[in-house]
Amino acid sequence: MATTAVSVEQKNYINAEYGIRSWLFTTDHKRIALLYLISITAMFFIGGFFALLIRLELLTPAGDLLTADMYNKAFSMHGQVMVFFFLVPSIPATLGNFLIPMMIGAKDLAFPRINLLSWYIYIAAACLYLWCIATGGVDTGWTFYTPFSSQFSNSHVVEAALAIFIAGFSSILTGLNFVVTVHRMRAPGMTWSRLPLFVWSHYATSIIMLLGTPVIAITLVLVALERALNLGIFDPTRGGDPVLFQHLFWFYSHPAVYIMILPSMAVVSEIVPCFSRKRIFGYTFVAIASIAIAVIGFLVWAHHMFVAGISLYSALVFSFLSYLVAVPSAIKVFNWTATMYKGSVSFSTPMLYALGFIGLFTIGGLTGLFLACLGVDVHVHDTYFVIAHFHYVMVGGAVLGYLGGIHFWWPKISGRMYPESWGRLAAIIVFIGFNLTFFPQFILGYLGMPRRYWDYSHMPEWQGLNVLSTAGASILAVGYLLPMVYMLWSLRYGKPAPDNPWQATGLEWRTASPPPTFNFDETPEVTWEAYEYEKMPLPEEVTLER
Amino acid sequence: MFDNFPLWPASASSHSLPIDLLYIFLVVLSAVTTLGIFAIIVAFGAKYRRRHGREAQQIEGSMILEIAWSIIPLGIFLVVFVWGAVLFFDVRTPPRDSAEIYVVGKQWMWKLQHMEGPREINELHVPVDKDIKLIMTSQDVIHSFFIPAFRIKQDVLPGRYTTLWFRATKPGTYHLFCAQYCGTMHSGMIGEVVVMTPTDYQAWVTGSAPVGSLAQDGRTMFQQLGCNTCHRFDVQGRGPNLIGVFGHPVQLEDGRIVTADENYIRQHILTPGRTVVSGFKNIMPSWQGQITEEQLNSLVAYIKSLGAPPEGAAGGPTNNPGPATAEPRD
Amino acid sequence: MSDSQAIGETPLAIEHESRPELRHHFADVEQQRNAASLGMWWFLGTEIMFFGGMFCGYLVYRRIYFPDFAVASRSLDLIVGTFNTTVLICSSLTVAQAVRAAQLGKRVLQVRMLLLTLVFGLAFLGIKAYEWGNKYKEHHIPTFSDYNVISGEGSLIKGDNAKFLGIDKLRNDPAKLRQREAEIQQRTKIFYSLYFALTGMHAIHMVVGVGIFTVITIMAYQGKFTPEYHTPLEIAGLYWHFVDIVWIYLFPLLYLIDRRPGA
Repeated sequence: MATTAVSVEQKNYINAEYGIRSWLFTTDHKRIALLYLISITAMFFIGGFFALLIRLELLTPAGDLLTADMYNKAFSMHGQVMVFFFLVPSIPATLGNFLIPMMIGAKDLAFPRINLLSWYIYIAAACLYLWCIATGGVDTGWTFYTPFSSQFSNSHVVEAALAIFIAGFSSILTGLNFVVTVHRMRAPGMTWSRLPLFVWSHYATSIIMLLGTPVIAITLVLVALERALNLGIFDPTRGGDPVLFQHLFWFYSHPAVYIMILPSMAVVSEIVPCFSRKRIFGYTFVAIASIAIAVIGFLVWAHHMFVAGISLYSALVFSFLSYLVAVPSAIKVFNWTATMYKGSVSFSTPMLYALGFIGLFTIGGLTGLFLACLGVDVHVHDTYFVIAHFHYVMVGGAVLGYLGGIHFWWPKISGRMYPESWGRLAAIIVFIGFNLTFFPQFILGYLGMPRRYWDYSHMPEWQGLNVLSTAGASILAVGYLLPMVYMLWSLRYGKPAPDNPWQATGLEWRTASPPPTFNFDETPEVTWEAYEYEKMPLPEEVTLER
Repeated sequence: MFDNFPLWPASASSHSLPIDLLYIFLVVLSAVTTLGIFAIIVAFGAKYRRRHGREAQQIEGSMILEIAWSIIPLGIFLVVFVWGAVLFFDVRTPPRDSAEIYVVGKQWMWKLQHMEGPREINELHVPVDKDIKLIMTSQDVIHSFFIPAFRIKQDVLPGRYTTLWFRATKPGTYHLFCAQYCGTMHSGMIGEVVVMTPTDYQAWVTGSAPVGSLAQDGRTMFQQLGCNTCHRFDVQGRGPNLIGVFGHPVQLEDGRIVTADENYIRQHILTPGRTVVSGFKNIMPSWQGQITEEQLNSLVAYIKSLGAPPEGAAGGPTNNPGPATAEPRD
Repeated sequence: MSDSQAIGETPLAIEHESRPELRHHFADVEQQRNAASLGMWWFLGTEIMFFGGMFCGYLVYRRIYFPDFAVASRSLDLIVGTFNTTVLICSSLTVAQAVRAAQLGKRVLQVRMLLLTLVFGLAFLGIKAYEWGNKYKEHHIPTFSDYNVISGEGSLIKGDNAKFLGIDKLRNDPAKLRQREAEIQQRTKIFYSLYFALTGMHAIHMVVGVGIFTVITIMAYQGKFTPEYHTPLEIAGLYWHFVDIVWIYLFPLLYLIDRRPGA
């Protein structure tokens, strides 16, 4: 097993310059991607810590581990950290930043300095949020509903709201960069219909980031102003309307879930063809489905508010539209599955994650249908059913896609192969742990266990399912920790990676692993379609090596 | 065996079965689809696993399949949508002659007022097989009234009334939860719904401390606050005669016609200038900040209890002498 | 839509050498200019959504509290507001002239127009500060405890406002009068909250714009803008025009709700 560096003589983006200044002032999209990778991993474990507190408390019916206020803060900060500081940036800021210029044959994103600025904004936001946690935290739930958040909460609402407001700008600038890059920086011959689906999905994600994020930004500003200056815009005792807040909040926060899932779908669209050795089934449909999800996704926000006091007729309209938005996601699932038909399938770690995604996203998406259904939603709204649903799509979907993508492109990013058997083991542990954690929660939800309950001592019959869920969480935690260990191990001891270990199509695989700073020695001229796997040789037993 | 490991909630209202049926349909649909996808993936993975000498077959796609697997799911989704919408209409439309109970939610308790008089905290006694409508508001933040066994819930908002109705079908005791996060003791804002046979319920009502029915309290309030000086019952006073007004159309000064329901009465007491009745002057004082939610509830209940409908709409300068006595007999 | 750019006949290296403003990851200046322009348009799209949230809140409350909003709107100084709007529109004119001057290669004219833009921009901010000062004196700023629209210096109950608000009929009944006044106080406070949030957010954008244009003016003075390359000036101009357009929406919505003679 080689322990020397990749190729001592070869300059790549990692060894091009040394020193902390060369990293902190870089404009290289690949270095910025790594800066993001480190930051969001840190935030992921902070969010995970809060999850640990929640699951430990819920092992017993009584509220015997934390005080009620501490528990309320734990679930609030778990949600806010995971959504705004992990899931929303995750794939776009790491894999998107790293790969999009390469996939389209460009030297960098359109605005490299703005890319670096977006990372600094993210860091500033994260620091403010950590300050908020350190000085006592916030207990409004991740949803900040008024008038609780604006009048009644005794926690650090303003700091948390401002931190998320700032983080929103990081998101907006990332989206801006991607949209302009895809429009203006494609290499000669790289037409829209030759773009990898990874790029199409990120393009759709960026549209949502650009148009949706400003709305939550201004909403959080208004809440912060209301609280700090005692205004009354959302206070019913002073003529305000708390439901207005909900409309403004969900106008972003629903499309936000598509920001969190589309990039994972992007990853799956790259992995499945590669490990089936054939082009994706229905390229055009998958590409258009991404755009359709982004567009229709802006029209369904009030399905979070069916029992919030909106009119019957509003509810009908939003329920109908919510069923429409499910169709493009279904189309994608069918196309990915069909891609395996008559393929030459192998089960590498990325493929295991991608297949896990397809299965778990299917369950998550189908349970969304339950919630879009007006009659059923009345019963399951604000219960553990909802929690199970969104964790199926966010963890079973988005996180699995993220892990799959990290593994798939790890050789390109680091120049090393991760240990394949450990990778597969971790994937299976994650899959098992995840299902054990969240499947019982569907049952708990239908039974009537509400969300955000610190104590359930009057309902001890719920304990069995809660214990199963916590057991699953501990297994899931192991599954998350393993890659931390072996990926870091691989940086030193992993087998040096060739340019194209998976024999994948895509321009990023036509350059060295790790790539040189300017990606390509010469700008490619593209004359081929996106997934021409018939022209690619089979990878040489790479997937079976340690 | 499943006492400590329940898998299905109790079913105790007329909503429970229809919703359970729709839920089961969705579960079956989801299970079939999920297992189907899983099975296909496993089958393809096995049948088409990588073997030397066998190459993958490049397939662009299939328009027929794309259309099929877009239209068929859409069709199924629309069936589910319509089914759910029909149920929702029913859940959101209380029957006309429902008995009413007023609910006030506050951090962190539920206060309930029966029309016959009893007041309850965190407990709701109801007779079986009777349509019950809850009229709810909050004193502080948003709460949500949730009875899993009845399969219903409705957010309870400050500054507004929201309603929810049910018909309990099985005597017993069922959980009541607050389902909208409302602060520290959100998980403590729970209680019980006790469904009783009609005789037991009567016994309970008469057994509870008689505080006076809600409408009687409202009548006292009506006099104490001086409402009766303008809203006379013998001739039209400076304000409209309120006999039979409730539930009927009212013509406003600006030409709009609105229905005098609970929300209208409540809003009109708090901000009368917004909905001045046609033919009358805008002289009614506002009671905003002057009376509590419970007092408001009792006034609304009293106005509802007032007798026969007048001729025509309540608005308009018709002279409507009403009964000869100064007040309707109560 | 075919935006994929051919490298063209000019060898990459020569283009990069002769055009120092061309950044390394772009093939030619045309691509760079297009990218910058598209980026700014999209950014302005996000700004529309940003202001849009507040506009939405404003529209909801205006609809349900129309009389109170109308009366509060009348308390804003129409003459000063109109004058300020004119000032801002003139600043957009000078920006456009500056861009034109750059296209014609006239450095001195560029700098003059840009300086005028800055003057107009700062004048706008100064006049805004003056208006806010007046609001402070009239006790109309929502967060202060002595906020009072009913009596004293800041009273809104004047002219035919009293009739419009339904106050005049209540003069004989102090209790009822107090109720209605409390309600007016609440609702006009929502108007003023939105007024300050909207104009405050707009002013922040103006301050940023003034900062950007200071830099641009220095760059113009240093002769950095030529007919072939004046992209920073163009896209800064786009930003300025956008901030102007936001004001053109804000002005009628805030100042002109229900102006009538004698009100």
